[in-house]
Amino acid sequence: MKNIVIGMMLLLITFSAQAQDKKNKNAKYNIEVNGNCEMCKKRIEKAAFSVSGVKSADWHIDDHMLHLIINEEKCSVADIKKAIAKVGHDTDDIKATNEDYEKLHGCCMYERK
Amino acid sequence: MKKTLLFLTLLVSVFSFSQENIKQDTLKTVKVEGSRKGIKKSLSITTNTTLVTSKELLKAACCNLAESFETNPSIDVNFSDALTGTKQIKMLGLTSPYIMITEENIPSVRGASQAYGLSFTPGTWVESIQITKGAGSVVNGYESISGQINTELIKPIGDIPFFLNAYGDSGSRFELNTHFNKKVSDKWSTSLFVHGNTRVSKNDMNDDGFMDNPLGKQLNVANRWQYYNPESGWVSFLNVRYMNDKKQTGQLDFDPDRDRLTTNYWGSEINTERLDFSSKIGYVFKDMPYQSIGFQNAFSSHDQESYFGLNQYDIKQQSYYSNLIFNSIISNTMHKFATGLNFSYDKYSEFVNLVDVSRIDNSIGAFFEYTYDDNDKFSYILGGRMDYHNRLGAFFTPRLHVKYNPWEKAVVRFSAGRGKRAANIYAENQNLFASSRLFSIINANGKIYGLDPEIAWNYGISFTQNFILFGMKADTTVDFYRTDFQNQVVVDIMNSPQSVTFYNSIGKSFANSFQLDFNLEIIKHLNLRTAYKFYDISTEYFRGSYQRPLQAKERFFANVEYATHIVENGKQWKFDFTWNWLGKQQLPFTESNPHHDQLPEFSPSFSTMNAQITRTFSSTFEVYVGGENIGNYTQHKAVLGADNPFGPTFDTSIVYAPVFGAMYYAGLRFKIK
Repeated sequence: MKNIVIGMMLLLITFSAQAQDKKNKNAKYNIEVNGNCEMCKKRIEKAAFSVSGVKSADWHIDDHMLHLIINEEKCSVADIKKAIAKVGHDTDDIKATNEDYEKLHGCCMYERK
Repeated sequence: MKKTLLFLTLLVSVFSFSQENIKQDTLKTVKVEGSRKGIKKSLSITTNTTLVTSKELLKAACCNLAESFETNPSIDVNFSDALTGTKQIKMLGLTSPYIMITEENIPSVRGASQAYGLSFTPGTWVESIQITKGAGSVVNGYESISGQINTELIKPIGDIPFFLNAYGDSGSRFELNTHFNKKVSDKWSTSLFVHGNTRVSKNDMNDDGFMDNPLGKQLNVANRWQYYNPESGWVSFLNVRYMNDKKQTGQLDFDPDRDRLTTNYWGSEINTERLDFSSKIGYVFKDMPYQSIGFQNAFSSHDQESYFGLNQYDIKQQSYYSNLIFNSIISNTMHKFATGLNFSYDKYSEFVNLVDVSRIDNSIGAFFEYTYDDNDKFSYILGGRMDYHNRLGAFFTPRLHVKYNPWEKAVVRFSAGRGKRAANIYAENQNLFASSRLFSIINANGKIYGLDPEIAWNYGISFTQNFILFGMKADTTVDFYRTDFQNQVVVDIMNSPQSVTFYNSIGKSFANSFQLDFNLEIIKHLNLRTAYKFYDISTEYFRGSYQRPLQAKERFFANVEYATHIVENGKQWKFDFTWNWLGKQQLPFTESNPHHDQLPEFSPSFSTMNAQITRTFSSTFEVYVGGENIGNYTQHKAVLGADNPFGPTFDTSIVYAPVFGAMYYAGLRFKIK
């Protein structure tokens, strides 16, 4: 009995390991990006689309969530966060430099956390 | 064993958890939008499309689709002809055969249904209408030339359990609409729409011995089923519809049983029976909300039997239409495309005064449409399709729409495209049967009644700017469209009042249309909508170049709406007033008639006014009263040669103004939510 369980667990581990290795071509991610307005929306989405492998990017003004569908074979979430930070918007872990933030349009100067 | 079980349970719960995630995610994409305005124009979409919501349709009598454009400046509603009472619509100055009219993206008013088809969709069934000026999309076909009108009917999911609308007017027309809706399961919903209308008594306000509008009876029943399963990505629609419409018109003393096809009295009957079946099935790919596949199928049988005095006209059209469409993206959602196949089959059994002119048309085509959108200022749609049609041959249809936002709250649009169609000369001009005109065709050895297909290019440019005037919202739009006919099937009523001749273009034929709109919210809840239109629609006839008959060169439109603040339980008053001014119109040639049956070369200019008051007692009950043509303007002579209807000058088709004077109506709407 024990052996069977161990066997099954092993099998599962290999499976999940394999699954992790195989990169998802349509991976969904929701990340928080700080911003204010329609202009921010355009800027954030444009920055996301500038990363090759981003298939869909939709930022919601109300909850500041960026809904992404990406091809993980071509890019990672970190790449996108970097690209967004570069245009002046803070993400949950990668922040924009003060210099990039200062370049934003007046109405886009969101409150930094 | 215990461990295995525990393990399995864990595994299952992980799975169900991941499903939960998907469920939440898909549900999030369902947005409920409150419709604040009756007519919406977007600054971000690529095509010049106006969205008319059901709210707008409540502003006029709006008994059927043909009458639902009264408050909309993009579309001109003609006065119903003296005979059939049917209102014809025009876009960019061109009549409905040049407009692609679809119902939920399936071509609906075409072929045999061209003359009366719009009056076969009751207004209460309509959820929204999208009006696109210019070339339009290649996805639905190659026939559209001046624009597209797509009607969305009320969807079974989201419909209310019961709706009742009753209507009556001073022209003794009565209507009853009832809608029933049931959620069969969490995925299946169904709606049943039942419409009946009738005109019970004869009206002759102008004392010419002819009815001003026909006696009629229509029964129209539709049953819709909708399947929606967001977890699996499958959606589907099934529709079945039956319509039976009977009209009788002509002289007051005409008795169909006694006088049919005799010269005792002049009369006409038009009986139409129609059956529609359509299905749609769509699948949105898992984890790829931007990729989908759709398959539409529609079958219809349209059977019209009619006579107009001594002219007999019968047409039966059996159609099958199929459309397979695949939507996806190229690398990201800034680059979208749609591609697919169309197939259509039309069997016409057509008899003109017992002469058999039946034919079978079929076509197969493939389309590809690419959309670029930078999600900011610039977007374009480039489409093309290749079709093979047994009468139109093999041909390519290109279409282009471009949008650019040069600065804030402004949009410039450009469109260009080609359209090609077979003119159903008898079905489209059947109002001319109600005259003593002789029909003749100048045979060009073409494949459609001896004539060639109609081909036209349409180009347009439009500019919209939203701004603030005296602290209130305002917007203005200016657009210019030109349609150039490479070949047109000319309907010549400019040569003789005793004939109508059809021939291929013998010279230049074009339609220029200019429109200037200005809309303003004067004070809160008080909105003004105005439009000025200028048309130059010229065709080369044998007698020379003339403006298209019965088309006003200039039009002015104004609409004012006012609504009081909604107080407890949804109580509200709504007021609506529309003013239309029409400039002079070219009239068909009548100079060779005896003096008393002659009409001037141009009609006089005139204006009409419509008004409506709606009282909402609660969110489920409202009553409305209104008047059409309350200034009581009528055409001086609606039926030419009315004293001798079997004589050479008889003509009921020359209608440039209302025939029926002022008309008042009242109705109620009741809902169970």
